[in-house]
Amino acid sequence: MSARRSVLFDAPGPVARRRIAIGNVVAAILVAALVVLLLMRLDAEGQLDADKWAPIFTADAWTNYLLPGLVDTLRAAALAIVGALVLGILLGIGRVAHAWWLRAICTVVVEFFRAVPVLLMMIFFWLLMAQQNVPDAPFWAVVLALVLYNGSVVAELVRSGVHGLPSGQREAALAVGLTRGQSLRSVEVPQALVAMLPALVSQLVVVLKDSALGYIITYTELLQESRRLGSANVNILQALTVAAVIFIVVNYTLTKIAELLARTLSSRTAGSTTTFAAGLENTAGGGSTLQADLPAGDPDVTDHPHEHGAGPRLG
Amino acid sequence: MGDFFSQFATLFENYDVLGAFWVNIQLTFWAALLALVIGTVLALMRISPIPSLAWVGTAYVTIFRNTPLTIIMVFMTLGVWGQLKFELSQDFASNFFRLAVVALAVYHAAFVCEAIRSGVNTVPLGQAEAARAIGLSFLPAARIVILPQAFRGAVAPLGNTLIALIKNSTVAAAAGVATETSTLMKNMIEFNSSLIYAIFLTFAIGYVILVIPVGVATTALSRRLAVRR
Repeated sequence: MSARRSVLFDAPGPVARRRIAIGNVVAAILVAALVVLLLMRLDAEGQLDADKWAPIFTADAWTNYLLPGLVDTLRAAALAIVGALVLGILLGIGRVAHAWWLRAICTVVVEFFRAVPVLLMMIFFWLLMAQQNVPDAPFWAVVLALVLYNGSVVAELVRSGVHGLPSGQREAALAVGLTRGQSLRSVEVPQALVAMLPALVSQLVVVLKDSALGYIITYTELLQESRRLGSANVNILQALTVAAVIFIVVNYTLTKIAELLARTLSSRTAGSTTTFAAGLENTAGGGSTLQADLPAGDPDVTDHPHEHGAGPRLG
Repeated sequence: MGDFFSQFATLFENYDVLGAFWVNIQLTFWAALLALVIGTVLALMRISPIPSLAWVGTAYVTIFRNTPLTIIMVFMTLGVWGQLKFELSQDFASNFFRLAVVALAVYHAAFVCEAIRSGVNTVPLGQAEAARAIGLSFLPAARIVILPQAFRGAVAPLGNTLIALIKNSTVAAAAGVATETSTLMKNMIEFNSSLIYAIFLTFAIGYVILVIPVGVATTALSRRLAVRR
């Protein structure tokens, strides 16, 4: 929760405090009643029975289904984020390069891969590699699709990171005799990379969530395995719930790490460290393209809306 | 080469590509409406001074922002429909369509909530203090001073969420909506494997055409509406 005072509400006086306390209790009772109703409905369907839940907490469920699934999910996500980082830095440098044709090519590539749904890319690569008899086709399709999409997102992080630096950084680099390319490579991009580190960790959450799309192309990740566990024990609802909880725990931890990094790294760069790139926040797992760099929106980090500059990305 | 084009042209006669995109647009439209409603309610809960409501809003956002959309989709069909026998329509196809819309809406509502809340957070505290100083009470201050600025600040993140929703509507494949683009693309490639590149590019460019105008429009809108500070 944001520590700063809400803009809509004054500090409450005695009357308002009493009303808030009453409202708090009423709302809590209402919510509790809703939860109880839901649980009763589930119980009536027999979904809370011990024999539905017990198979989940056996060694067999974890060693044969959930842990191998989690390992496959993490394997794809780890490889994808490394690949995305490499591709993203290359494309990002291309997007802020001096040569106009390099900028144009990188812009088209980045915008294309950010506009195409990740699932379409996955299905395409999956069927293409199956045609070519590539072994482990679903795995590589997941990784490749995630690398292309997230690489474009990282390219935008690099670009907005470079644009977010104070112009004095480049001017100083040019003043001591560096060329523009040298200034980019040894002064601007390194600082942009530090500034984008928290956003990169946040992007890992998106990668992890999108890796579950591999379920559709038969990749044996966590969702697929939990479904198999659910069909084996006739407790699909419970198995899916456990898979969701595992995803939530991992992703929540990553989010907290990103916030911590944003706080601790801010002294290491002249740019602003936020858990998202300007205009890239709120990607809902699908990302977006061509958005405004305008008011970014994390409540706890002061952003500088206009410093991130740059107009529509196809310009 | 002429052979390629004639093959490619017959594809469009045999498969309803535009119809598939229309399904995705419909999914997006209904899910966007529903997500806007749920997300606004959640945002109101999160910014309200009542701790229990704020807690529920925060919990919802934390849960759904960190869950893969694919799980929610599968949960809707295999869990809510398959296990709990919960139906949204007697008709098989439209039941899956509606379940997919609910899954999309429930997931994106968390992002709509955060977009609206971030809009409210772009309004500096001084605006509220100034409104109070010239004698406006709570409702007029909210209506005349704070909320108009908050909506302007929320345009860009809401636009991002809409774009994400358009692309994520393909995940409805996991909920058994067989007429949408990703399923159709898979079928087309499986039966016309020599045209795999052309088919993929057709669908990819279709999404570029859908997504980029939305991006350009929300960027232009948020720039025009931006509050100079």
